[in-house]
Amino acid sequence: MVTVGAALAGVLVGPASLRPDRVMAALLDRLPLITIDSGLSDRETAILFELRLPRVVLGMLVGAVLSVSGGAYQGVFRNPLADPYLLGVAAGAGLGATLAIVTVGSGSVLVGVAAFVTALAAVVAAYGLGAAAGGRRSGSTLILAGVAVAAFLTAAQTFIQQRNTDTIREVYSWILGRLGTVGWREVGLLAPYAAVSIVVVLLHRRLLDALAVGEEEARSLGLRPERVRLIVVLAATLGTAGAVAVSGLIGFVGIIVPHIVRLLVGGSYRVILPLSVLGGGAFLVVADLIARTVLSPAEVPIGVITAFVGAPFFLLVLRTSQRGVGR
Amino acid sequence: MSTVTTTDLVVAFGDRRAVDGVTVSVAEGEWLAVVGPNGAGKTSLLRAIAGTVAYCGSVRVGGAEVGDMSPRRAASAIAVVPQHRVLPDDMTVFDYTLLGRIPHTGYFGIEGPRDLAAARQALERLDASDLEGRRLGTLSGGEVQRVVLARALAQESGVLLLDEPTTSLDIGHTQQVLDLVDGLRTERGIAVIAAIHDLTFAAQYADRVLLLDAGAPIAQGTASSVLTEEAISRFSGARVHLMRGPGGEPVIVPRR
Repeated sequence: MVTVGAALAGVLVGPASLRPDRVMAALLDRLPLITIDSGLSDRETAILFELRLPRVVLGMLVGAVLSVSGGAYQGVFRNPLADPYLLGVAAGAGLGATLAIVTVGSGSVLVGVAAFVTALAAVVAAYGLGAAAGGRRSGSTLILAGVAVAAFLTAAQTFIQQRNTDTIREVYSWILGRLGTVGWREVGLLAPYAAVSIVVVLLHRRLLDALAVGEEEARSLGLRPERVRLIVVLAATLGTAGAVAVSGLIGFVGIIVPHIVRLLVGGSYRVILPLSVLGGGAFLVVADLIARTVLSPAEVPIGVITAFVGAPFFLLVLRTSQRGVGR
Repeated sequence: MSTVTTTDLVVAFGDRRAVDGVTVSVAEGEWLAVVGPNGAGKTSLLRAIAGTVAYCGSVRVGGAEVGDMSPRRAASAIAVVPQHRVLPDDMTVFDYTLLGRIPHTGYFGIEGPRDLAAARQALERLDASDLEGRRLGTLSGGEVQRVVLARALAQESGVLLLDEPTTSLDIGHTQQVLDLVDGLRTERGIAVIAAIHDLTFAAQYADRVLLLDAGAPIAQGTASSVLTEEAISRFSGARVHLMRGPGGEPVIVPRR
């Protein structure tokens, strides 16, 4: 319900004021078997269906993917602080996407592929460094390693971005995180990544519960923990890479949403992950709504909004989880 | 009929043999207690029987070699209650119990109505139904042990392996847990193999006792035949006095 409400608000609010009743009518008109004359002009219909609607749909997809990936990383690494952004996965995807943008241009399918490859390298590096530095005992070591990886990759990304002045504007506006200038094409680019990622992670939600009770018990329940981890990390990274490739770096969604869900319904991934898909979609659409209304008609990059909410939230999770980490 | 049979079982970590030539069999509904000093190989023995560690020799459960079973099949035949467990504070008791159904569901572990019913029944059997919605972090030690047993029971396996099931429980809860296990094995014919520190409890509840030292089987048989003053002081380095309980079972009392 929250998700539907957020979506409607996202469609209804915007710089060009469309009458809500007409928007509703136009939307209903698109449903099969229903024909209503909405009374919107052609220009208004275009704003609705070519600007606002794809933006809302993309927001939902990106939010869903980032949230479910965050939840998945938290399960795989048994670490409540794990998040695509903090693990360096998003920065990795950013580097790959930048490389692809400067070499083949931002419209290419290769952007997503390159983002996936570098994102995967980033998560492997963060995990490897974290394990080498502090073993799996300490939850914060993994995050520190992730932050280091993210800093390094961001530096590399900035370097490449600055060397290619002809594409700098393009890269820059994308990197800050935006849903603004998108159309159905971006939705189409992300949809397959999002679908595969969400479906695979959701199918493994029970197994993530089994991982949560420890390696030994997971094995005695008939799991192959390494295999489950590998598949889930691949899926979460794929989704993150897709999301970063179309909408840039939007931080903290993966930590805020799963944790709110966890507080509400308890610590089973069986419920956390499906609800994170819905909650993540709603959260990002609302964040986007705020991003485009606070300084209206100018827009604040959405990554700024999520960081404003997310950074304090992260500290809260850090405080409450110190007890539970690394046991 | 023997449910579990090991023959010349060896578990080696590098050069060290944690389990060294154990041959033992446990029948349906029978309770074997594995005793021995710390580091004697009790946990490794249980892991080998559960198929979660590589071994030489043979472990057969229900006639099939554990090492040849898929992890899933092994898990539906053998339930394990490990000594060291990780219990996520905010997972609910019901969700935790439901984990026991994973071996019976498909690869993805998506449960059906039958699985939900099995989890409910397991909780009910262990008088833990009222805990269903509680989060694991809020349970007392005795409640945790009942819930972990419920998870194992939901697995509906013929073999139950318990690794120190009563550590950190007071005497009343220890008895409660052991009584529950005893009830389960008699009513469902579950074969129980339990590593137990407390020799007196081992003697009271188990049909037979296996004494391990440095991985090797020193003696097995009834509690009275295995748990002698001499054997105990030799292998645990403990000074004990052995008395007889009302049923003639050995009661081990430490001496200063």
